[in-house]
Amino acid sequence: MTAVDLNHTKFEAEKIFQRKRLFGFAIPAVILAYLTYIFFAFDVEGLAGRANWDNAMTLASDSWSHKVHVTRDNRSGEISYAVEGERKGRYPEGERPTWVSGDEVIVVDLGGDHIVRYLPQNRTEIEIPDFPLIQVQAEGRTLTSNLPADLPDWISASDRRIGITTPEGRITLTGARTEVFNYFAGWELFWFTLDSPYHGHGITSIVFGERIDPTRSNIAGAVSDWWNNAMWRHKDVAWAIGETVLMAFLGTMGAAMVALPLAFFAAKRFTPIMVVRAATRRLFDFVRGVDALIWTVVLARAFGPGPLTGALAILITDTGTFGKTFSEALENVDQKQIEGVSSTGAKPLQRYRFGVIPQVVPVLLSQILYFLESNTRSATIIGAITGGGIGLMLTQAIQTQKDWEEVAYYIVLIVVMVMFMDWLSGWLRGRLIGQKD
Amino acid sequence: MADTALSGVPHTINSIQTSYMAQVQRKRLYGGLTLLIFAMLMVSGFVVADDRNAGGFWEGLHQIGDYPADVLSEAWEKRAELPALVVKYFPALVETINIAAVSTLFGAAGGLVLSLLGTRGLAKWPRLIPLFRRISDVMRAVPEIVIALVLIFVLGGGPVPAMIAIAIHTAGALAKMFSEVAENADLKAIEGLASTGATWSQRMVLGVFPQVAPNYVSYALLRFEINIRASAILGFVGAGGLGYELRNAMAWGPGRFDEAAAIFILLFGTIVVFDQVSSRYRNRLTEGQGQ
Repeated sequence: MTAVDLNHTKFEAEKIFQRKRLFGFAIPAVILAYLTYIFFAFDVEGLAGRANWDNAMTLASDSWSHKVHVTRDNRSGEISYAVEGERKGRYPEGERPTWVSGDEVIVVDLGGDHIVRYLPQNRTEIEIPDFPLIQVQAEGRTLTSNLPADLPDWISASDRRIGITTPEGRITLTGARTEVFNYFAGWELFWFTLDSPYHGHGITSIVFGERIDPTRSNIAGAVSDWWNNAMWRHKDVAWAIGETVLMAFLGTMGAAMVALPLAFFAAKRFTPIMVVRAATRRLFDFVRGVDALIWTVVLARAFGPGPLTGALAILITDTGTFGKTFSEALENVDQKQIEGVSSTGAKPLQRYRFGVIPQVVPVLLSQILYFLESNTRSATIIGAITGGGIGLMLTQAIQTQKDWEEVAYYIVLIVVMVMFMDWLSGWLRGRLIGQKD
Repeated sequence: MADTALSGVPHTINSIQTSYMAQVQRKRLYGGLTLLIFAMLMVSGFVVADDRNAGGFWEGLHQIGDYPADVLSEAWEKRAELPALVVKYFPALVETINIAAVSTLFGAAGGLVLSLLGTRGLAKWPRLIPLFRRISDVMRAVPEIVIALVLIFVLGGGPVPAMIAIAIHTAGALAKMFSEVAENADLKAIEGLASTGATWSQRMVLGVFPQVAPNYVSYALLRFEINIRASAILGFVGAGGLGYELRNAMAWGPGRFDEAAAIFILLFGTIVVFDQVSSRYRNRLTEGQGQ
């Protein structure tokens, strides 16, 4: 190597290093600049103002606890007890929680020496430790109370509405009604609602104990009461999950069945005619490009909401994706195997069946199984738009903004469902085309 | 001696043939049964889905074209206004792309860390590998819409909830793909760096990154394509961007179909363009690696 060559190489190397160094600084700088732009474009600063931390608190506490409402209707004087204040969770006539006592004066013991008394003539007394006894009188639509003008921040009061929040529970008073919310940990009535005879019985007393409901055997009765639980709707939830999985299954498999024959038209090896090939490829690009969202919207107009619409939306979008990958796999098949099969006098269809399909099946199957799992997730999202499956139940539960324990329950179910499908598709892949790792 | 050997041959061939035919028969039977079960699953699944759908499949089939036809004809009538509408919705499109880009950036960064911490041979704390793998499994399993809806409730509508939701899912999905690549990385470079006293992060940046970068970038680009679609869909549930505008335009029904058409065009064009660009670039990246 001469000195000129060496110098030249040195110079080249120097240039490459300089370029590397420039990139090393430029890429982080560009990303930083972009994120700065995003910070203002997304108004991250204003986000703190818009965020509702009370919502976050309710969400966090409600998702693992439940509350029991003790409500006095100030017009009729009637007192009702209900879990989550819902009709479905109402205590049957003549029954009430153990922490409520008294007949003439109803005493609600919230625990920790917090006591609320419902007195006759719509009077209410609230005892809170380290705070003077609160007395409130409801008359028509107004409230009169002995609350001082200077209030701690856990009490909000006007002459129409008083709200008291304590660690033990919440009390709201208006002219029309007085309500006490007592909080407990856990998902109440998950197994049986209060009107079921099995409520309050443990698993052993149901399975081995005496017959609780004389008309039915214990296990059958308990299973049916649990299945038809009006509060948690186990039957509907199971159907919804089934619908979501069904959407993913029908969509993925249908797409594979449509895409496989079409992929032959898009592969150079099997379709020498340029026009046909290009047309098929553009068709794949088109259905893929339109995207599941638009397909869902269009199909929902024709078929109405439901799992079929979701399945078809997945089917159409994935036909494009599958068509693309399948035709790529078909391009890469080994010609020798096809020649071998045709040397035995095989007809074209037989050549495809024995020469081509065995070569591409592993690629196709692993692709299909991977999509089966990912489409379970898409089906959840599409379900929320088109109205079907667990996605719809989740959106509804979130939009009503009160059943956060149900939202938490659905989220857990969705995660378990997707992980199960992930496991299933991995297992099937292992069984059908041999374990890779 | 020779006789016995000769007489044994036809016998062996016969037995081989019969046992081969029996095997073929059994294989065909199993194959046929699998196919039958699959066909039954498909048909019954279709019947159930059809049954639980609001409108039936056969009644709806001939109506598929109605809605696109309505939209197209109205858009055609008002075609003069279409360019103006495309311009009007362009900022929404930029927002949708921004959501996808930022969430891909954050997701790729998160996936990178998770994958390095969850790969045998590279992990900083080898005992915690299963923990980081489970974390990325869960992040991958949560559909974006779940996190987006919860965050919309807390943070209010807008791009940020969608961005966080997609980023979390992206981190989980990329962590799995990244760690598959990282598993095949050559450990010699890392050992060499370790012998010079390099810290864990130096070993990763100088020893692992150069080996895996082309594949990582290619996966991140693929994810970006997917995320554009995801961010459009999340917009539909109230997270801003093009999807949100689409829902509003659709809620108006006839009379505003030209707006829906403009949004359709923008969305379709964006997806196709980004698909093409990223697939070209990805091909270059992975081909360059083979040389």
